[in-house]
Amino acid sequence: MTGVSRSLAVRRLGRVSYSRGLELQDGLVRARRAGEIPDTLLLLEHPHVITLGTGSREEHLLADADERERRGIELFEVGRGGDVTYHGPGQLVGYPILDLNPDRRDLHRYLRDLEGMLIEVLRGYGVEGRRVDGLTGVWTPGGKVAAIGVRVASGWITSHGFALNVSTDLGYFDTIVPCGIADRDVTSLERETGREVASREVEDAVVRAFCATFGAAVVSDVTG
Amino acid sequence: MARIEVPMPQMGESIAEGTVSKWLKQVGEAVQRDEPILEISTDKVDAEIPAPSSGTLVEIVVPEGDTVEVGTVVAYIDTEAGATATPSAPPPAPPEVESPAAPASAAAPVAAAAPVAAASTGDESAEERLRTRSTPVVRKIAEEHGIDITHVPGTGHAGRVTKQDILSYIESGPPAAPPATSPAAPASAPAAASAASAGSAALGTPSEFWKVFYGAVEHPEFPVRAADRVEPMDKIRRLTAEHMVVAKRVAPHVHSFIEIDFTSIDRIRNANKARWKEQGARVSYTAFVAWAVSRVLREFPGINSTVSGNNVVYRGNVNLGMAVDLDPGLIVPVIHDADDLGLVGIGRKIIDLAERARDRKLSPGEIQGATFSITNPGVLGTLVGLPVIPKGTAAILGTGAIEKRVVVVSDPNTGEDAIAIRKRSLFSLGYDHRVVDGADAARFLARLKDVLEDFPEDA
Repeated sequence: MTGVSRSLAVRRLGRVSYSRGLELQDGLVRARRAGEIPDTLLLLEHPHVITLGTGSREEHLLADADERERRGIELFEVGRGGDVTYHGPGQLVGYPILDLNPDRRDLHRYLRDLEGMLIEVLRGYGVEGRRVDGLTGVWTPGGKVAAIGVRVASGWITSHGFALNVSTDLGYFDTIVPCGIADRDVTSLERETGREVASREVEDAVVRAFCATFGAAVVSDVTG
Repeated sequence: MARIEVPMPQMGESIAEGTVSKWLKQVGEAVQRDEPILEISTDKVDAEIPAPSSGTLVEIVVPEGDTVEVGTVVAYIDTEAGATATPSAPPPAPPEVESPAAPASAAAPVAAAAPVAAASTGDESAEERLRTRSTPVVRKIAEEHGIDITHVPGTGHAGRVTKQDILSYIESGPPAAPPATSPAAPASAPAAASAASAGSAALGTPSEFWKVFYGAVEHPEFPVRAADRVEPMDKIRRLTAEHMVVAKRVAPHVHSFIEIDFTSIDRIRNANKARWKEQGARVSYTAFVAWAVSRVLREFPGINSTVSGNNVVYRGNVNLGMAVDLDPGLIVPVIHDADDLGLVGIGRKIIDLAERARDRKLSPGEIQGATFSITNPGVLGTLVGLPVIPKGTAAILGTGAIEKRVVVVSDPNTGEDAIAIRKRSLFSLGYDHRVVDGADAARFLARLKDVLEDFPEDA
């Protein structure tokens, strides 16, 4: 790996509502652009929510308003790339607020880096993750295990990020066609390993892989 | 001098174009330097593009929803408040436009396209280098057709050769007189030559070749003419297009046909019509076919299989994909374990899936896992079809129009021939010859015919 060149603040937030997550990111993007904070990695999970990216098509939303209410699922339209995504308990969501200046100003590279980082995390659990040509995200032989959708604010500051299914109730994905890809299954780390996985442990693995991928060193690691 | 260009920025080395997703500022609005003025999207990424300098947004060139190449001017900003919007002479080309720049620096006036005869910079090689730096797609087309890209008049940014340019060039040949926007091409073009040779080395080892051949689909482009309408494919269309190309590439298709007599089925339908109506069930001809297929497939595991690497996977379930016309579009919901369902159950399932397919209310699980498919081109009167085998399966049945035909029938007792009017239909079986041979298909079709023409009363 390349030498350490970035400082990374890790914030483990636990369960955060989707709207609160958006607010937090807005503030952090501004602060990062102004140079008030170092690169920051938010790790959290959301309550049940379906988000529509700017590439969304309504036909990929299979649950109507009644069904969403019955199952307690919120709906959000958000300014990030990608199509429909589901978030919920048991899914590790990571929002890297990074300044891609000056050496990483390449959006495809950033997406591939996030995928590579997640593949590294899976490898630690003996699960073979891979990329699929032409699609963004990470797949295992059992299906899609992680989704990626990214936004870059002016000045190359990133927000949004990745969602790794750890122990997600995969039944909730029936309410959407994940990312508009109709003919592929969704899976989770627990399903792939066949055992329970502690979320704290996965967070640690993500932080390690993230640092290795982006040449970063953790300067603070705060829970809550 | 006050009117400056806002180009589509380079957001990554492999990103040749971007889509304007949203204008955050409108014409006439004041903008501050570095303030976001528009959002663009490439796959999975949205990005805000900041104003390169303060002033007034005086013109939006590229509307929301349009996709343009990197470097294309998307808007103009007038840096002198209150100044007239008269376009002034474009600024001279800077010597270096190489860097995959940040939005801020990319927005500095990059070499301007030459709408008027721009003064020569006197730097032919930089100009040429710029023009040959076209997108990979353009270079690939040039290479495939053995075209020296420097001979193609470029109408893109800074005289760059666009896809449209090269396709028109191929179609109409070199123009007699190059348009004013394109400087005369020099005799030598080392840049184009090296780009071409680098491209042909990309095939690599045989296994890499097959991986690309079976995996990546790129649809060739064709010239658009004045009266044409161009629409992007929606997702279902795109998935279908990709799937069909891969399916055709992977499986060597063979088709065999058989004619089915519906007399027996009609008798059962008529006898049960009233009872089914009371139950609120509708049992279509397709339901009879699906029922028979699901039973016969159990006897022919090779037809209910798929080639996977050097293995054949014999499927343990009979999951029938049923093609549904969405007009426009096509979706193939799946009846899982169809061989566990009775005739009425299959009839109900077909109607339920077809209705929810049209309402876009299928869950992902309901369109996955087919082990065999049935498509019914006959429903619109087509005599018979040659269906494409969905990838990951070994065969597909196409059912033709059911029509009354004049046929010769033999009396089973006396052996005497007679001419009769019978309801009949041509069925076609498309099969993957890697795993299914002609005789296997013939045996399957003959057995299917037996079942359909002597349909069990208790199905």
